[in-house]
Amino acid sequence: MDLARLQQASAVEWRIGPHGRMRVPAVIFADEDLVRQMDDKVYEQITHVAALPGIVQAAYAMPDAHWGYGFPIGGVAAFDADEGGVVSAGGVGFDISCGVRTLHTGLTVADIAPVKQKLADRLFASIPAGVGSSGKLRLNSVDMDAMLRGGACWAVERGYGSPADLERIEERGCVAGAAPEHVSEAAKRRQRDELGTLGSGNHYLELQEVTQIYDVPAADRFRLRVGELVVSIHCGSRGLGHQIGTEFLKAMVLAAPAHGIDLPDRELACAPIDSALGQSYLGAMRAATNCALANREVITHLVRQVFADVVPDSHLALVYDVSHNTCKQESYTVDGKAKRLYVHRKGATRAFGPGHPGLPPELRDIGQPVIVGGSMGTASYILVGTEASHQLAFSSACHGAGRAMSRHQASRTWHGRALVDELAAQGVLIRSPSSRGVAEEAPGAYKDVRAVVDAADRAGLARKVARLRPLVCIKG
Amino acid sequence: MEAVNRWRRSRASRWEQFSHEADIGVRGIGPDLAAAFEQVAVAMTAVITDPARVATETCVEIRCDAADDELLLVDWLNALIYEMAVRHMLFGRFEVHLDRRRLYAKAWGEAVDAPRHQPVVEIKGATYTGLKVGRDETGQWQAQCIVDV
Repeated sequence: MDLARLQQASAVEWRIGPHGRMRVPAVIFADEDLVRQMDDKVYEQITHVAALPGIVQAAYAMPDAHWGYGFPIGGVAAFDADEGGVVSAGGVGFDISCGVRTLHTGLTVADIAPVKQKLADRLFASIPAGVGSSGKLRLNSVDMDAMLRGGACWAVERGYGSPADLERIEERGCVAGAAPEHVSEAAKRRQRDELGTLGSGNHYLELQEVTQIYDVPAADRFRLRVGELVVSIHCGSRGLGHQIGTEFLKAMVLAAPAHGIDLPDRELACAPIDSALGQSYLGAMRAATNCALANREVITHLVRQVFADVVPDSHLALVYDVSHNTCKQESYTVDGKAKRLYVHRKGATRAFGPGHPGLPPELRDIGQPVIVGGSMGTASYILVGTEASHQLAFSSACHGAGRAMSRHQASRTWHGRALVDELAAQGVLIRSPSSRGVAEEAPGAYKDVRAVVDAADRAGLARKVARLRPLVCIKG
Repeated sequence: MEAVNRWRRSRASRWEQFSHEADIGVRGIGPDLAAAFEQVAVAMTAVITDPARVATETCVEIRCDAADDELLLVDWLNALIYEMAVRHMLFGRFEVHLDRRRLYAKAWGEAVDAPRHQPVVEIKGATYTGLKVGRDETGQWQAQCIVDV
């Protein structure tokens, strides 16, 4: 991106003043190198977002922002229903509530060294992953609707997970306002046998070692210690969410003229929050969010079964579960007025600071864990939300490294088998059904995740707590 | 592989992919719009696996209609994504007939066989990004968009 088009507000904040159809400014949080690496499309997309009806304060791009659909990935925007604000299917994306959870195991890396291969093989065999895979659960229509209303709570009630998990999941495992009646039969059919499956692409299950602590008090509260083993699971609402995204994107494109909305880009498809279509989407999107929460809970259950069998002394407990693709109703004070806003985070993480009532009691004084995923060979990070992030970007932070290289270029640059061998030599065991898939997801195809989290930390969006190094990675 | 190649040659049609920062663009090219729609579907299969590895033993029929050619292309690809997902199938050969904005198609394929197909990635949806349908400067029809993986 051309820096000359931006006004630099600080070393890690760049602003685009309102011009053309923009109703509010756009703000990019990133250091100079990261901004230079961003595609010009990020500029175009974030200024288009700033032109949507009812947008409040500014349109934001996180340090990992890259070219998405309508919204950039790493885009954040809040809308006010009272000001004609919109909800955008494009602003949430196809993989609704795709996110990541991390569990601590109570084990050290030395504890699992003798069984690392066995754990990798058993996890790969037990967690359905990749194209065409299906889970063991089969949901009839009654169970499907109950799952869509209950999320992770539904999974726990059926024995897939522990009640203690629920306190460590956003919205305590279940988003209110889910409306399964607004989820099509096609979307439900797509999900019938996909619960408890990992998916493919950048989704993964990793065993990771805590290698560095940056913030001891926060790390203690998250029960993270150097040398210990954690498990991270990155996946989303699977086919159900994809189908809801597809259907509502089309419905919103077609309905835009009737709603008086002149879309600068069809992928920004949206509808007024107070319209029947907007409310229908919100109900379906919340159902998909619950599907993602249930999916990560069922996968966690499968992971626990493998650990109980291979490492009987382990106890896997949730650090936290965050979603990356959401629209959530949250309270903020804007220009001195308290408002309930619809905050879209597309490829961005919620990052509530200390004292927020939405946090579980045992984390309320420290802030929300923010989990930033890596990419097979590169580190993941755990951060914590700050008080400042409330004002900076509606309590939002980055979600990952963001791609730096296209899939084509990655598959031309690396060979899957050689990459697996190379990573094994570095102590990272990869298990995947697809050699080309591994090449397309090569760590080198992503931006430097350390630069991304450093920029988020410097900007005050979230504070670094711990660094995690991958040991085993199950890829779909 | 033979069947796919013969079919492609006989229709003077081809497919290709183009790069997107995070995902993949798919493009079909042919003497008429139906051929371009057939080819873009092959290009989409190639995102997942080598289309030549897919046995074309089972036929699935697909119908869709839309307000314009571009929306019809997105609907066509999304219908295929849906059929692949719920049937756990991959498709290697396509036959498309168009009647104004109505599409009637047959897709031939088989169940996913992970060891043989080595499927790379699932497709979440066809998008409106990079979406173009029309004739190029040589008079050939092109149909393209980016698919979210």
